[in-house]
Amino acid sequence: MTRHAGAAIDASRKLRFTFDGRAYEGVAGDTLASALLANGVRIVGRSFKYHRPRGLWGAWVDKPNAIMEVSLKGSELPNCLATTTTLEDGMEARAVNAWPNARRDIKGGLDLFSRFLTAGFYYKTFIWPDWHLFEPSIRKMAGLGSVSLEHLDDYITDQSHDQCDLLVIGGGPAGLAAARESAEAGRDVVLVDDQELIGGSAYQAPDIEEQYPEDWVTSQRAAIETAGGRILSRTTAYGVYDHQLVALIETRAFGQTPRLTRMRARHALLATGAIDRPVTLPGNDTPGVMSLTAAREYFHRYGVLAGGCAALISNQTDAQTALAPLQAAGLEIQALDPADPDLKIAGARQTTGVTLRDRHIPADLVLTSAGRTPMVHLWRHAGGKLTWSDPLQAFLPDNQLGWMQAIGAANGTFDTDTTLAEARARATGATPPADQPEPIQPLWPRPGAKGRQWIDFQHDVTLKDVELAARENYASVEHLKRYTTLGMASDQGKTSNMAGLAAMATLQGKEIPQVGTTTFRPPFVPVPLAAWAGQHQRQLYHPVKRLALEPQHRDAQAALCEYGGWLRPGWYGAGEADTRIAHEARTARATAGLLDGSPLGKIEVMGPDATAFVNFMFYNTMATLKPGQIRYGFLLTEGGIVYDDGVVSCLGENHFLISCSSSHVDGVRGMLETWRQDGNDPDQIFVHDLTMHWATLTVTGPQARDIVETLGLEADLSSDALPHMRFATSTWNETPMRIARVSFSGDLSFELSLRSSMAPALWDHLMGETKKIGGTLLGIEAMSVLRAEKGYIMVGKDTDGETMPHDLGFTIPRAKKTAPFVGDRSLHTETANDPHRKQLVGLTVPDGAPPLATGAHVVSDAPRRSLGYVTSSYLSPNLDRPVALGLVENGAARLGEEVTIWHDETLSKATITAPCAFDPEGDRLHA
Amino acid sequence: MKDYSALKLIREGLTGQKGWRPAWQTPEPKPSYQAVIIGGGGHGLATAYYLAREHGLKSIAVVEKGWLGGGNTGRNTTAIRSNYFYPESAALYDFSVRLYEGLSKELNYNVMFSQRGMMVTAHSHHDMEMAARQYNAMRINGIDAELIDADGVRRRVPLLNFRDDARHPIHGAVVQPRGGTGRHDAVAWGYARGADSLGVDILQNCEVTGIIKEGGRATGIETTKGVIRAEMIGATVAGHSSILADMAGFKLPIHSYALQAFVSEPLKPVLDTVVLCPAHATYVSQSDKGGIVFGGGLDRVPSYGQRGNMPVQEVVVGALTEMMPALAKVKLLRHWGGIVDVTPDSSPIIGPSGIDGLTLNCGWGTGGFKAIPAGGWLLAHHMANGRHHEISRPFDLARFTTGRLVDESAASGIAH
Amino acid sequence: MQRFPCPFCGLRDEREFHFVGELGKTRPDTSGPVSDEDWAHYLHMHRNEKGCVREVWMHTTCAELFAMERDSVTMEVLGTTQLRKDAS
Repeated sequence: MTRHAGAAIDASRKLRFTFDGRAYEGVAGDTLASALLANGVRIVGRSFKYHRPRGLWGAWVDKPNAIMEVSLKGSELPNCLATTTTLEDGMEARAVNAWPNARRDIKGGLDLFSRFLTAGFYYKTFIWPDWHLFEPSIRKMAGLGSVSLEHLDDYITDQSHDQCDLLVIGGGPAGLAAARESAEAGRDVVLVDDQELIGGSAYQAPDIEEQYPEDWVTSQRAAIETAGGRILSRTTAYGVYDHQLVALIETRAFGQTPRLTRMRARHALLATGAIDRPVTLPGNDTPGVMSLTAAREYFHRYGVLAGGCAALISNQTDAQTALAPLQAAGLEIQALDPADPDLKIAGARQTTGVTLRDRHIPADLVLTSAGRTPMVHLWRHAGGKLTWSDPLQAFLPDNQLGWMQAIGAANGTFDTDTTLAEARARATGATPPADQPEPIQPLWPRPGAKGRQWIDFQHDVTLKDVELAARENYASVEHLKRYTTLGMASDQGKTSNMAGLAAMATLQGKEIPQVGTTTFRPPFVPVPLAAWAGQHQRQLYHPVKRLALEPQHRDAQAALCEYGGWLRPGWYGAGEADTRIAHEARTARATAGLLDGSPLGKIEVMGPDATAFVNFMFYNTMATLKPGQIRYGFLLTEGGIVYDDGVVSCLGENHFLISCSSSHVDGVRGMLETWRQDGNDPDQIFVHDLTMHWATLTVTGPQARDIVETLGLEADLSSDALPHMRFATSTWNETPMRIARVSFSGDLSFELSLRSSMAPALWDHLMGETKKIGGTLLGIEAMSVLRAEKGYIMVGKDTDGETMPHDLGFTIPRAKKTAPFVGDRSLHTETANDPHRKQLVGLTVPDGAPPLATGAHVVSDAPRRSLGYVTSSYLSPNLDRPVALGLVENGAARLGEEVTIWHDETLSKATITAPCAFDPEGDRLHA
Repeated sequence: MKDYSALKLIREGLTGQKGWRPAWQTPEPKPSYQAVIIGGGGHGLATAYYLAREHGLKSIAVVEKGWLGGGNTGRNTTAIRSNYFYPESAALYDFSVRLYEGLSKELNYNVMFSQRGMMVTAHSHHDMEMAARQYNAMRINGIDAELIDADGVRRRVPLLNFRDDARHPIHGAVVQPRGGTGRHDAVAWGYARGADSLGVDILQNCEVTGIIKEGGRATGIETTKGVIRAEMIGATVAGHSSILADMAGFKLPIHSYALQAFVSEPLKPVLDTVVLCPAHATYVSQSDKGGIVFGGGLDRVPSYGQRGNMPVQEVVVGALTEMMPALAKVKLLRHWGGIVDVTPDSSPIIGPSGIDGLTLNCGWGTGGFKAIPAGGWLLAHHMANGRHHEISRPFDLARFTTGRLVDESAASGIAH
Repeated sequence: MQRFPCPFCGLRDEREFHFVGELGKTRPDTSGPVSDEDWAHYLHMHRNEKGCVREVWMHTTCAELFAMERDSVTMEVLGTTQLRKDAS
């Protein structure tokens, strides 16, 4: 087939490609579809349900079929729409859901059974004996392209934010005229168009404002850019979101990820045009039936004449004039009366023409249009309302949205001169003159007519299916859509919705606007998931917080694991993890251990009302804390549930340091700020989170004091001067240092905090001294063992969403604290007073038994019921036997009781004990 | 109501499909009914069905402001499961799964309950401990469950991210084999057809504008189609429960949030089970049609707007592509939002409203679809008998006063 | 992507904000007796209006709380004000 001149193509640059294994040649500027059409390929795909042959209906996004798996240079993408895929040299395309190919699909035989497979047939059968027997084969029949498990490594999308005064969506005559007018008026204008070659329908016109279309488009483009406007081609506005955000997606070369722009537009003009509606008549799905606009686009843009001899079935009054250039190029056209009820399209795999009663009108192309449907998707995304235009037989934007207005064909203005006047008026905020559209003759489906007439060309929904839905009272448009799947195909109803709802209106004796439309949902066209994901992958996805001492830990062969959002040493050294952890736990109790506790929360509270405020925030009484004292306590939710635990250090009069769990810092800070400002005088309290500023190194073990003393601090570290739960300040290397005698291991411990930049020096010193006496570096895992030996809890592990402080043995504030505190009243509800509450206990196993599984349950024997569960369980290296903690119903009153343990369908025995298994007298703690 | 069968399909196929009757009628409202259900979603239609079927009520209406099944019933991601921790939840949701298992046959309507399994992955050592706690709880509660390791996960879902640089590596999973998906619209339509055949009036496009109270008792409703009196009223208006409560003069412990859902273009089968990755807060399955159906957390802003918001889309899709990197190149076809009732413990409210004559079924949060049969059955039981069934008792509104919350989400969660 | 005007920092991306609760809730004085019902009402009951709502929000980057009036259907922001009593 010879190529005519086309605005988009360079016929001198040949591109090779294959389709369904056959080699073809296209030219630069082609889409896959235009190249196939130029090669005379008429069957480009198969329908979803009956596998009927499908040709090209549209030339751009209004294409319900022609979906292909395309690969090029190692990139394979499923479900590419041939009409919007720019041809590249070497492309290999394959029709989806067709085997061996679209021409001869063996499943084409399904069509013979179509009379039994009407809308919703699957709801009425496959019930006996069981759906499971049928589902797998049905699933295999369904689906379009297949997706390989390969991950395309560089398939990562750039995302950016942008803003403008005016966003013009659509680069046809209306959009270009508006953008130019506005840009020249000095506004910040962005024009987006989804094609590579902007201009929209311009190329179909013989001339625009007495210029050739190409020249007119070029001059508008130049004027817009000269005035400072920006033009983004291959860019689709796919969705409008809250607060005037328009999502733009820029397509790039095949296999490259698209780019996402979140455009905040103060104003927007919708110049998205209109598409042809199919005419609903028998045989209207036969390959060779094409929309009027598509035939013009294929000719004017791509230089392809879609056939040699065309029948024309359209209610558009200017159809013949519009086709004059195609006629001049050699297309024979015979216009038929579109309202004639006896029209039928003939042919099976390719149309042979139209039959009219006993007449056969031969044709290899049937051009149809039942009127034009404005593309109002984005208008509806933005929350705009639609009104029904009787003359145009179409829904139009009511233009009452304020910030967004529709112009041109999207607004039902089809005449070019009127469009340009309207666009220029809207661009400057003026009201365009009222348009008097030329009415078209309604041309809608005629329910009851004979023959198979297609409404949804991908999903094989016919007029009879709509009739069936009406008969069964699936009458609402949403029921119609969902029952028949009309409009749910890849084009989301662009070609099918209007015919479907018009048919339903007729069936119900209603007017079309009374039936209404279904909801228009983003995206306007399918968009790769990568667009939303952006850079949020791998290390940039949920990024971990990192320690100032990470290089030192790596040097020490730390196994870095994630704990509460932080990357922390789980244990140190190569070899079996359990062995390493046991070694660290034993050594820390024998001599000393050094732990990087830097993620520990460090939130300071100060100001005249600080004491009362901290006392209100904590379950435990903090009002009596004296400077230098430290107290353990709980932060509760207002529902009385333990939210976090930690220690409060009194640094001075009305000056406190709250050390909360590392993973709860943001939450605790939020809680403190909320209560500070809502319920207190915010000018009398100041909350300051210094977690990231201070590093904390913990030295623990019987020889901890010897190690800390090598720092040569001024502070007296003796147990008389600095006993357990006391705080001191000092300086080290001229840097302020805070020393807290708190312990999570149950041994003598010093928590040394100083500014993060000094942490490496302190670490090096302490590590050297620790090693010198045979001590160890201590990872989180060994510390977890040590604290479990002592019965110290970890909130969220040894507590759950029901745990209240009295369940953990902290009963006094609940009974005695008179000042209000967060969660106080919730500790006295019926549930809080329930004698069957789960309480923290220790659990021991019979001699020689293995450790309990964490997550095992304590159960009653009959009836079988969970009484609680094991929350922490370890083989204690220091006691040389398993230790465990658990939450057990009424556990505190059941010390010594033997209970049944359930894990993985197996029962065993354990005995309830006090939580603390190691040094219950606390001699080592107070050393 | 038994006329759907392969045989009938063949007969109708040969005779032009002319013999099908309406799945439900479009009656005009009567002045009064024994029972009126407000809300024609799955829960409301199921309630009407069971009131007629189990309790023999003869005069029942369901009033729906739009089209039936148009709220969250038609907007969710269709997962059905009972992998719950607390015995109260397990009893409720497993009752629902059991009803689902017989539903297609009971309703003579294929709701396509596909028991392809529900997998909840674990992404750390601690996650595995929590998984064990969950798995044991399920088994003790009599629910089917398996605890599998990373290799087991890989065999079942090779699409998951097993790369060395996966941000949340997979350690294992808890699987409920009886979990799966259903066809959401079919559940609403099947119950509607069943209820209609038992004489229930389904009144679509009939919006409730007021609750009539006499002597402190709810005795009827004002609607856009006039006043309808009722001896008893049930409310199943997920997403708008607070509005209804406001009409009746009380408040509920509910915030309304948009929950978004997403579907990709259809693909050949690539995912055979429902997967929930807690570390990603994202769940995904593949529909029978081939679309990848997925969703994640609630929107950040309390909302009655039935549409999605971009930040959460980016979070959810970003999570999905990290969870299943091969899907990055797949295209999204459609996304949408529904309005869900969120209670303080994310568990539902079933039972008295505090106003005589008005019984509630609300607060299902993000998971109401899977509970439709049980929610309807239990509300019908309460309306007909004036008291709770043992399964619904823990979900009474009174729990917010006694403090006896059923907080599944708070039952897990690790802090350091 | 909504944008909220923090009274202190100006218009910012919604991701910087945290919903705290409905405006106008007063904590019962727990230094004296509070009934179960009053406490439950304070803890759990919400107006949850459709349409114009008045809420407390936190701008997490500056940690300031403020009151916001907005439409819970259209998402239009109607105004924000400082929570501080002395705010003018």
